[in-house]
Amino acid sequence: MIGFYTVMEGVIAFFLIAGGVFAFIGSFGLARLKDFFMRLHGPSKTSTLGVGCVLIASMCYFSLIEGSLSLQGMLITIFLFITAPVSAHLLAKSALHYKLARDPRTLDDIEELKDGEDDEKPNGENGHLP
Amino acid sequence: MLDNALWISVALFTVSIMLNLYRVAVGPALPDRILALDTMYVNSIALIVLFGIWLNTKTYFEAALLIAMLGFISTVAVCKYLLRGDIIE
Repeated sequence: MIGFYTVMEGVIAFFLIAGGVFAFIGSFGLARLKDFFMRLHGPSKTSTLGVGCVLIASMCYFSLIEGSLSLQGMLITIFLFITAPVSAHLLAKSALHYKLARDPRTLDDIEELKDGEDDEKPNGENGHLP
Repeated sequence: MLDNALWISVALFTVSIMLNLYRVAVGPALPDRILALDTMYVNSIALIVLFGIWLNTKTYFEAALLIAMLGFISTVAVCKYLLRGDIIE
């Protein structure tokens, strides 16, 4: 018979490692992908999930230690879940405003990006890695 | 088991912050750098919470909440500045 504390320890360890792996995947995508609109995908989805997993683990841990429910971590989780899409949206809008270069293999014609193709780029540099 | 999991998680988050730092340094355009800083504060929140678990104290939740609020506000302010050339019109 496995005790209750052993099971809870396993659950907390699982959430800790899952959060770390999610955050690592998001940051790896941020460092590795080719243009800004691809790079926005990685962190805006996974970093919230990674921090959410770590906060769930810490909530379980402190509830177990103190013997009563502790929901302080929930505040940070809810706050991040509300604010992460807002900041991602604003970043995408500013990237469209700056007319950052796209990877040529992305085929879609976007109206905002098509206008300024022959204009001079505002920052002089395109969004590709050298 | 919990100790090992904690250290693995801390190592993964540290590597993530290093990758974000690389993007801040290299990032060709300004929105890339802002995105990297945004990801960096989210990862640092997780690192602070892990530090709180390691020290067995709940004091650091307040610090994490403060970093979350200030990071979001600064990201929005910088994006607004890039979009409009002004923060409060």
